[in-house]
Amino acid sequence: MNDYITQIRAQFPALEQQVYGKPLVYLDNAATAQKPLSVLSLLAEMEGKINGNIHRAVHYLSAQCTEQYESARRAVCRFIGAAHDHEVVFTSGTTAAINLVAFSFGEAFIKSGDVVLVGEAEHHSNIVPWQLMCARKGASVRVLPVDDHGKLRMDLLPSLLDGQVRLVAVSHIGNVLGVVNPVKEIVDMAHERDIPTLIDGAQGIVHEQIDVRDLNCDFYVFSGHKLYGPTGTGILYGKESWLERMPPWQGGGDMIASVSFGGSAYAALPLKFEAGTPNFIGQAGLGAAVGYAASLNRAEVEAHMRLLTQKGMALLQEIEGLRIFGTGIEDKIPLFSFSVEGVHAVDMATLLDKMGYAVRSGQLCAEPALARFGQTNLLRASFAVYNTQEELFGFVEALKKVILMLR
Amino acid sequence: MSIAETQRQIAEEFSLFTDWMEKYEYIIELGKALEPFPKEQKREENLITGCQSRVWLVVYNRDGKLFFVADSDAVITKGIISLLIQTFSGHSPQEILEADIDFIDQIGLKEHLSPTRANGLVSMIKQIKMYALAYGGADK
Repeated sequence: MNDYITQIRAQFPALEQQVYGKPLVYLDNAATAQKPLSVLSLLAEMEGKINGNIHRAVHYLSAQCTEQYESARRAVCRFIGAAHDHEVVFTSGTTAAINLVAFSFGEAFIKSGDVVLVGEAEHHSNIVPWQLMCARKGASVRVLPVDDHGKLRMDLLPSLLDGQVRLVAVSHIGNVLGVVNPVKEIVDMAHERDIPTLIDGAQGIVHEQIDVRDLNCDFYVFSGHKLYGPTGTGILYGKESWLERMPPWQGGGDMIASVSFGGSAYAALPLKFEAGTPNFIGQAGLGAAVGYAASLNRAEVEAHMRLLTQKGMALLQEIEGLRIFGTGIEDKIPLFSFSVEGVHAVDMATLLDKMGYAVRSGQLCAEPALARFGQTNLLRASFAVYNTQEELFGFVEALKKVILMLR
Repeated sequence: MSIAETQRQIAEEFSLFTDWMEKYEYIIELGKALEPFPKEQKREENLITGCQSRVWLVVYNRDGKLFFVADSDAVITKGIISLLIQTFSGHSPQEILEADIDFIDQIGLKEHLSPTRANGLVSMIKQIKMYALAYGGADK
């Protein structure tokens, strides 16, 4: 076993447990990842001791929490290379961040007849908020297709980016296909036509080094819980120039400068978009998670993930009747969504669970992506930095056994 | 055999298995052996919602007794369906409505199947009871 990965594993107590008397092999990381000790201990300390509502009171606990919350914002700002802390807005996750942009950007910039261009293999969270906003505004959603390998049809992009398109929303890495999309190229092509871009980084933030200024996207969104952080946390990064011109999404405490019945004035960025008591303990935990992710040896991690992708693809494709969606190796993360001829994914997942393997089955929150490939149900095994080669080998053997039982 | 007796018999059969593997192998066997489902009945309105896999269920009334035919695209689900059909088919709507379904707990399925699947099971039983109600059984 790789020594470095062994060290990493030691930081994740959840991985040490047994389920049904078998060692847990956790391969549902694209849904949510486990948390390292640094995150767990911060959460425990804050929940149990350092708990005071932020930005308001003068007392000690409030000041401590405010500092934790704002230092988490600074940590995220550094982690993604944003120009300013106030371009980092805390949300409850990727879904909330996209809904915020859909509403607020929609209110300010979308009118009847406009178009939002969305990738074909997106998570429902990067489809439905646009549909809701478009329905409200008389606009429509247009689809950027993927090819049979799961790659975006970049050849079609120039013609799809016509004068009606007001925003492009694509994932950095899809949660079904695990393919790294050429987001920089997309951003550049959109910008040549003065069209802003939103990148859904729910999976991307975990696997790619993000520099939003280099990428030059207008919005980048992600969740904390896939990045070894707490659930109910997330980030909307937006360029100051856009966020300034977008109206508040939700009203309440913390987002106001002054309130009267004659009219209220809103707080400056980023608080304009953070109404109500935020999940300040969770977001502090996200700060710790970002700190953890930043502390990893990038070269070691990337080599390990590449190895898992290569071996995973090779081993799985040897299985008769198994079809992986999202092929290629160079631009793929170790996330394998597949069908097996004559065997239902839910059956496989049920039996794998009994053997200790946690995998995902079903529509993967991406019905259109599955429909593109004529599927209604897939099995997905998604690996994180703490997953070992031995776990991959074990998974493949368990899968073969399960297929034999079910065929 | 009454519904209660059938359930007891199923529970006895399952008590012979020493591990989960044998139990599932048996369920899979039952699933594969399930009576073929009429193609023309694989319609949207016969689909049961609440299952991760698709389940179709239809009922026939013969001389006041209900007979169920069902199918699923997942074989473990089919195996469980087979147990439900064994339990309920051939009984009057009233008997079906009055029956307590406890074999699922007894054979350790509810505990071992995933929550979404367990919900599917609940949906199947609910649908069977709905059919019984529709055929004139009185809710107890």
